Amino acid sequence: METNYILPGIVFIILAYIIYSYNRLVSLRNMADTAYSNIDTLLQKRFDLVPNLVNTVKGYMAHEKDVLETITRARTEWLNASTMKENAGADQKAEKALKTLFAVSENYPDLKANQNFMMLQEELSGIERKIAYARQRYNRTVMALNTVIQRFPTNIMARIFNFTSREYFTVESTEARSAPQINMQDGENK
Amino acid sequence: MMDPIYGRISANKRKTFFLFFLYALLFGFIGYFIGIYLGDPVVGIILAGVIFIILFLISYFSGQEVVTKMAGAREVRKKDEPYLYNTVEALSIAAGRPMPRVFIIETEVPNAFAAGRNPDNAVIAVTRGLLNRLDRQELEGVIAHEMAHINNYDVLLATVAIVLAGTIVFVSVIARRMMLFGGMGRGGGRRGGQGQLIMILILLIVAILAPIFAQLLKFAISRQREYLADATAANFTGYPEGLASALEKITNQQVKDSPIENKALEGLYIVNPSLGARSGNRAGVLFATHPPAVERIKRLRAM
Repeated sequence: METNYILPGIVFIILAYIIYSYNRLVSLRNMADTAYSNIDTLLQKRFDLVPNLVNTVKGYMAHEKDVLETITRARTEWLNASTMKENAGADQKAEKALKTLFAVSENYPDLKANQNFMMLQEELSGIERKIAYARQRYNRTVMALNTVIQRFPTNIMARIFNFTSREYFTVESTEARSAPQINMQDGENK
Repeated sequence: MMDPIYGRISANKRKTFFLFFLYALLFGFIGYFIGIYLGDPVVGIILAGVIFIILFLISYFSGQEVVTKMAGAREVRKKDEPYLYNTVEALSIAAGRPMPRVFIIETEVPNAFAAGRNPDNAVIAVTRGLLNRLDRQELEGVIAHEMAHINNYDVLLATVAIVLAGTIVFVSVIARRMMLFGGMGRGGGRRGGQGQLIMILILLIVAILAPIFAQLLKFAISRQREYLADATAANFTGYPEGLASALEKITNQQVKDSPIENKALEGLYIVNPSLGARSGNRAGVLFATHPPAVERIKRLRAM
């Protein structure tokens, strides 16, 4: 009599476990996807502001044409990027050039007093912080996903349902990690 | 392998339910006694029940409106305060939660709080003094702390507790006024006398229950939740020093009888505004809603 319940019981527990871990993997993957698209949305927002910024700054900073060109070029590169690597490369270029631009703007009191410039500067540095937090959030979701995918016994489920580990977002060059070097004679921006 | 945040969230939901239950009992009790005076205890209980349900619904669904009104906070949009708005948005991204509504309190005393029933219906309010005194990383630390309260559902329990307790205090004030007014207006009269009796009874009950309500508020705002929110905030920003330095700056800036000082709301703020400049040391520890700031700063710096 009792034995009649043991086998269905075990089958039920296993099934419940499979459903549970599958759903967990799906929600973690979706979280990582959302976190990734958040970064992309923010980058899009930043590059959308670039033409406006260039127009505002152009009249004031005749000597700093290089910086503006670098930013515009980075935007074009980003818009045309087809791989993730190109995408990240253009993004880093723009980040660096923007930092240089804002540092250089300290030498132009007229520009610094420009209402539009002040607004753009706040908006862009706000976006910069948001991008940093969005990347951190992405790494955290990826870590949660990878942990579940790699740990026993969920790794078996992950293999069966074809969930793969993701790569973390890392700052590629050491340059991007450290504070920007401001050097007016620097030929790097050409 | 229990997720500490998840445990915190369910504990907060459980406690809110418990609070609901306790208040329901208290209202039923009061309703019963009023009912006896009206001639039928059942009528009293039903009346109290209806009032309680309305109160609870208000505290649950628009608790954040009540709290921001009480604090004298004004909602701001992105174009009014881009710096504050952007910082809140950045931390909502870090927490992976929706963007809360942003409020400003126009006072020089630096402080901040969060309220709401869940992350989808939350508000963060900061004072003008906070914005003026902190740099970007310190402000991020403070906003991260408030975001942590929202993330952990601390706001649900605190908002419901404050609105319910606040209503009791409000009702007792009204009752006292009505009694004074009624007493002076018509000297005698059978009906007036009976009404006065009920009022005296309610007042008595409220007077007896007031310390209990105060205790309930304390229960809602435990010191542990502040440590946890600090830790979660450090996790959000990845930079505990920001919040530590902000706490250092704002604790000693609290002044006695400031516009944000409000008994009902004191537990909600990041730093208790009622203790004045003392809030930094251990003098107020015994009855404090918050752990001493020095201890919080020490823990943050040890992270």
